[in-house]
Amino acid sequence: MKVEANHSFVNFSETSSIKVALVGNPNSGKSTLFNALTGLHQKTGNFPGVTVDKKSGTAKLSSLVNAEFVDLPGTYSLYPKSLDERVTFEVLCNPENADHPDITIVVADASNLKRNLFLVSQIIDLKIPVILALNMIDLVEKVGDTIDAVRLSEKLGVKVVAISARKKEGIEELRQAILQPLPVPQYDFIDVKKFAGDLIDKIKSVIKVNSDFAAFQIINNYSEIHYFEKKSDKTNKVEAILKSAEVDRNKLQSQESVERYRIINRIASECITQKSAIKTETFTHKLDNILTHKIYGYAIFLLILFFIFQTIFFLAKYPMEWIQDLFVMLSQWAEHTFPAGELTNLFVNGILAGLSGVVVFVPQIALLFAFIAILEDTGYMARVSFIMDKLMRRFGLNGRSVIPLVSGVACAVPAIMSTRTISSWKERIITIMVTPLMSCSARLPVYTLLISLVVPQDKATGFFNYQGVILMCLYLIGFIAAMVAAWIFKIILKAKEKSYFIMELPVYRSPQWKTVGITIVDKVKVFLFDAGKIIVAISVILWFLSSHAPGSKMEAIEKKYATAEMIQKYDAKELDARISSEKLEASYAGVLGKTIEPAIAPLGFDWKIGIALVTSFAAREVFVGTMATIYSAGNKDNSQTVRDKMQNETNPTTGLPVFTLAVSFSLLIFYAFAMQCMSTLAVVYRETKNWKWPALQFLFMSALAYISSFIVYHILK
Amino acid sequence: MKNQKTLKKLSQLKIGESGVIDSFTDKEMSLKLLEMGCTPGELVTLDKIAPMGDPIAIKVSGYLLSLRKEEASTVLVSMMNKN
Repeated sequence: MKVEANHSFVNFSETSSIKVALVGNPNSGKSTLFNALTGLHQKTGNFPGVTVDKKSGTAKLSSLVNAEFVDLPGTYSLYPKSLDERVTFEVLCNPENADHPDITIVVADASNLKRNLFLVSQIIDLKIPVILALNMIDLVEKVGDTIDAVRLSEKLGVKVVAISARKKEGIEELRQAILQPLPVPQYDFIDVKKFAGDLIDKIKSVIKVNSDFAAFQIINNYSEIHYFEKKSDKTNKVEAILKSAEVDRNKLQSQESVERYRIINRIASECITQKSAIKTETFTHKLDNILTHKIYGYAIFLLILFFIFQTIFFLAKYPMEWIQDLFVMLSQWAEHTFPAGELTNLFVNGILAGLSGVVVFVPQIALLFAFIAILEDTGYMARVSFIMDKLMRRFGLNGRSVIPLVSGVACAVPAIMSTRTISSWKERIITIMVTPLMSCSARLPVYTLLISLVVPQDKATGFFNYQGVILMCLYLIGFIAAMVAAWIFKIILKAKEKSYFIMELPVYRSPQWKTVGITIVDKVKVFLFDAGKIIVAISVILWFLSSHAPGSKMEAIEKKYATAEMIQKYDAKELDARISSEKLEASYAGVLGKTIEPAIAPLGFDWKIGIALVTSFAAREVFVGTMATIYSAGNKDNSQTVRDKMQNETNPTTGLPVFTLAVSFSLLIFYAFAMQCMSTLAVVYRETKNWKWPALQFLFMSALAYISSFIVYHILK
Repeated sequence: MKNQKTLKKLSQLKIGESGVIDSFTDKEMSLKLLEMGCTPGELVTLDKIAPMGDPIAIKVSGYLLSLRKEEASTVLVSMMNKN
């Protein structure tokens, strides 16, 4: 099955590096091959200016040659329609692109050869050095079919290497193939001049391109091509040519596709020998009968969701506690080791606190992406989309929005990072925008504290514990709000591209643990380094606001409590608590809380709650800690004492309790809807690469929270 | 050639029913379908329908392709009438 190669090794006089790009259809095993070629020497970045992940890695091919591999986004064709396709298109078609490869490896799923050859044929026509990696050849042989790789190589005019990336077969042959001199493909796969000969010649006279097909692509996709956005003499000429010709692009492209498949069918019939005329993937078929069944399908999906959700919620708790403990230890160590002062204070309460707020998300992110990688890798995720699409579509979402939405109940941060699998831009943006409305685990401490203020613990009617019922209602309200918001976004957002649901349902496979591991490491890294920067920066700002006061108010408070009388009156703990409480009140955060009091008074909130609203922007659960500090409850971890202090709090002018039913419910609703999470905003920015979206999200959620709280407060008052 | 040709929308096929792709009624949609291997003359079989009635999955050139009914309704297939 191996292709006889022309053995004429090039003598590399010194160590040299070659750039190799990996291209292929989704599910062609391209990433598996990438992992096999590069091992763990890989990094994830972004292609310049777009939110498409760029995975690159290095490998030593021989003692003299290093290769840099770039894993280009999976695509079915070279039409620059979606963002992913545009990246692949530009890297391959524009020789001036920074990632333009010396050699391109096209990975094709041999068990699905015809459709995979479509992309192969387009790349051949670009006239760049190509190797075809015929993947999953073991699957073809298993069902008794054969593919004549030598013949295929002759027909295509490119080197063909049969491999099995999963079994690591043929990898060495592929590495050797890269080292050998590689001519550009010998002949055109199709002659595009048949369709637009004159135009192609005209374009070629203006712009230097490798092939007729590259010129044809310019004619067909001019407006989508990013590197022509910079206006120049050449682009003006191209535009003039295209304008005068009045090309029917749809027609050209459809002619091209039909012609390609005509030749592909011919080649396939010459190179593939099928044992049986019609073969069905029986295992996949049987499993599909269960997994897409109208009852079992949903039941199994619900079970899987339940399992994922429980695991993230409960299993992540322990490592999260360890991380928090570790940071507490670090803070204590730093406070003891470094001289007391502003710098140590900044380090401990600003930077360490911020870092802790970043690292604490790692267990949840790692767990969620472990599950997602498994669901994706096995082919199950495509079925989830298949059975959920109709329901989600009504709300402007996609079958693939389900996982992010449900994960949002644990934490919006990994949930939003998981929206990458939604290929439609509009549906992805809507999913990102509404996911934070799902009640996340950080809201739970806030809910628990506030619910305990309005409903006594032991109140229950039969099976129903009232506290539990309220908690459940809050989760439900979050979900309903998310769906309604999605529906509104569906109406107001304009789509850049049409939403398609034309996708492959791949055959079921067992998951590859290496892929799962690499996905986890990737996502954690992206979060730590991209979103982490923003989170630490905001944390430092919040630290400054809550620990600094205008003028010398802080010193005055210290002095006040430094007198012998005060020290005698309170014990050390009480004294500390009183000092922190007064300091917080005097701080910029306190000033801010008082400044916004008129704005939040209609919701029933006083300035103390105002301070908590400001500080809990770092993370919602900070609300509890801030309340503890304001009411000088001393021990921050003891929510019972916070509860008691809050319950006993009375309004100085009216003498009535502050936390009435109306205020508590108003606050509950506010926390259910308000966008009080800098980590989420940072991740939304990282995923959309545009501050417009986090800003819009912040505004609409704040408005929703404000209006809802206002209504609740006035109904219950 | 005694077989008579009748045209049907791809979205109207029953499970297990096959047809040969004849033509497309939506130009833009056809481009996407063409690149996925749904070319005129290709044999397609309706493999399954999602529990809520939409989308559907068809078998085409050896693999399973899922698409929405709305998208499938732009594809005309010719049915080989069995006697």
